[in-house]
Amino acid sequence: MVVPLSWYLFLAAALFGIGFFGVLARRNAVAVLMGVELMLNAVNINILAFWRYVRPDDPTGQIFSIFVLTVAAAEAAVGLALIISIYRTRNTINVDEIDLLKH
Amino acid sequence: MALQVIFIIVALFTLGSAIGAVVARNLFHAALFLVGTFAGVAVFYVLLQAEFLAVSQVVVYIGAIATLIIFAIMLTRSVMGKEAGSLNSYAWFVAIASALMVAALVWLFSVVKFDINPQPVPDDAIAQIGEGFVTAYVIPFEVASVMLLVALIGAIMLARERHQ
Repeated sequence: MVVPLSWYLFLAAALFGIGFFGVLARRNAVAVLMGVELMLNAVNINILAFWRYVRPDDPTGQIFSIFVLTVAAAEAAVGLALIISIYRTRNTINVDEIDLLKH
Repeated sequence: MALQVIFIIVALFTLGSAIGAVVARNLFHAALFLVGTFAGVAVFYVLLQAEFLAVSQVVVYIGAIATLIIFAIMLTRSVMGKEAGSLNSYAWFVAIASALMVAALVWLFSVVKFDINPQPVPDDAIAQIGEGFVTAYVIPFEVASVMLLVALIGAIMLARERHQ
């Protein structure tokens, strides 16, 4: 194979790290969700890279990746609905101010 | 060789868009950078010869999730205003921790010997996916359908207008 497997894994690791930074360092709740989607994309790249390089004749890799895609879509929808609901009741989406469960 | 050059160019585009998505001051620009990242990831799926996943990525991520994120940004715009895209006070610490984690992963991936078996992808790979969904993986498939229904109902319930 022209492109070695490790290149895809490095790319997925970098994308995961960028998403990780986005989740922890952003103040807006929607921006945090964007970081989560980046992490899920990185995981999907990882799954498909291993599928292609280790067992391309078995559809399991792609099927699992499709499930990750599905769950990510559902979770994004529910998460954004939650954010809109919080915005309507609390009039804030700054994650530092949504701390009712704290002490 | 050409494939390696293409990989590096698309990787730079994807990672650059991802960094733009997490540090952009204007949240709408961040959403557009996110769309660029999704498109770059779709190109990688094509490079990995997973074409069905590439099209699904474009349709689901760019067509649905990115649109939903832009809707949410528009609907919640008035609260944070100019500082919507700001970073935390401990963003530098997070950046260092994230860089350390990526460095550890990169080191791990470079020392582990993977069991690489690069056969060609079968011609009927998409047919195999379809068959897999209704034979070996029918239970996760049905559960995923129920989960989507639950997410749909849940999102509608959460985001509806309350008439007090």
